[in-house]
Amino acid sequence: MSMQSQDYIRRSATTLTPPSVRSYEDQVAKLIDVTRCIGCKACQAACMEWNNLRNPVGTFEGTYDNPLDLDPATWTLMRFTEYENEQGNLEWLIRKDGCMHCEDPGCLKACPAPGAIVQYANGIVDFISENCIGCGYCVKGCPFNIPRISKVDLKSYKCTLCSDRVSVGLEPACVKACPTGAILFGSKKDMTDWAGERVNDLKSRGFENAGLYDPPGVDGTHVMYVLHHADTPSIYAGLPDNPKISATVEFWKGLIKPVALAGIAASVVAGFLHWIIAGPNEVQPEDEIKARELEAAERGKSREHPSDIEGNPV
Amino acid sequence: MTRPKGMLIRNPTVTRINHWITALCFILLMLSGLSMFDPMLFWLSNLFGGGQWTRAAHPWIGLILVVSYAGMIVQFWRDNLWTKDDLAWTLAIDRVLANEEESVPQVGRFNAGQKFVFWSMALLIPVLLFTGIVIWDYYFETLTSVGMQRAALLIHSLAAIAAIIIWVIHVYAAIWVRGSMRAMTQGYVTPGWAWRHHRKWFRALVATGSSGPRPRTDVGKPQE
Repeated sequence: MSMQSQDYIRRSATTLTPPSVRSYEDQVAKLIDVTRCIGCKACQAACMEWNNLRNPVGTFEGTYDNPLDLDPATWTLMRFTEYENEQGNLEWLIRKDGCMHCEDPGCLKACPAPGAIVQYANGIVDFISENCIGCGYCVKGCPFNIPRISKVDLKSYKCTLCSDRVSVGLEPACVKACPTGAILFGSKKDMTDWAGERVNDLKSRGFENAGLYDPPGVDGTHVMYVLHHADTPSIYAGLPDNPKISATVEFWKGLIKPVALAGIAASVVAGFLHWIIAGPNEVQPEDEIKARELEAAERGKSREHPSDIEGNPV
Repeated sequence: MTRPKGMLIRNPTVTRINHWITALCFILLMLSGLSMFDPMLFWLSNLFGGGQWTRAAHPWIGLILVVSYAGMIVQFWRDNLWTKDDLAWTLAIDRVLANEEESVPQVGRFNAGQKFVFWSMALLIPVLLFTGIVIWDYYFETLTSVGMQRAALLIHSLAAIAAIIIWVIHVYAAIWVRGSMRAMTQGYVTPGWAWRHHRKWFRALVATGSSGPRPRTDVGKPQE
């Protein structure tokens, strides 16, 4: 059961304006303060619990990352990085990975199925499974490598930002479970303000590059990070430094769609115009007569001059 | 197929079956592909039982097309080799389009336009096959990077659009040049048709006493 369609401000594969009577709704955001995360994975467990996701037990791969990657039943994942800073000291960077809920979602732009991906008025990007066709375009559209296609039902899955909880005034499950307050949820403005205080605090304690990760390349995100090293997001297990929708995807989903259809239509119209201007090319009676004459001449010739094995006259 | 007396075989039965399997696959691929290309055409996916069926069926139909078109290549490549006469024909395209074929250089079994369609498809279908495999996530997702998959999607779309436009040209030419459709449904043409449109081919058939589709190579041997 999906949310009211009146809540949509963006709807995949839809050329008309979606109903959005509630578009003045407050923009929400989840703030993940990486500097306060202890890597306990309570958020991961809470996500599984609330969304009823149960992966088969995996195997130990020699790392704290467990499972190793996001999958259709793992919508959020702690990624652990052992980073050596300029002073030669170890920093254990722990990032809760998952959908960033872009303001300009690449998945939604790439999606060919009407209404399979929607953005609610509060900014949450959600997959509506009943409309998903499992094509995998969202995977190509995403700048953060988040959506995963299930091999079981061939539909795409990712974090919903607990849109079901948020719609009834609850915070996402991961936020509720976090024991250190590293994950917060509220209006985007409040979260940005709070992040500013955190960044100032971090700067005063020597993290001069501390900052808020709210990448402008995707018009900002509804999941934001406080990073101690905001100048190099990629050290946090490959968080993109400057994420934006790939130019290939933009071109494929932008200019060539109308141009291609116009090209096909033009070729059909050209054919029709040719038909009404030049008309059909029909065999004329004299063509048949000339053909018969040639056949008769050839028969006569072969009677007089039998040809050799190569077909040459002898 | 009963061939009336005096008619020439343009396409033997095997060729016709092969052609129509290819045609059916192409049309299904075009409809399913367009439904996933432009949201305004998504409704075409209903023809395949919904979006998920469309997405699942498309690559398999594509594989059948690849095998089928390979059969077309085996049967047609020799008569589609480019000759210098084809350039002269191409330069006279304005007269071809004006239905004034008397003043156009004579052509063999296929004219330059048909050769263009044949070789374009022979090029585009492998492109569609290889880019299609890259974006066939169910089996091949892990083989390539997402960057390659994005490029493959774009190339696949562009190649498909080109193929569709060439297909429109092909279909219109068959409607325009009367008698061509029967050449691919019942398989035969009248001598007058061959004289008018493919005179070199006609002369070669007549000279060797062949009723088509290719000149006899065993001329001089006793006929049955």
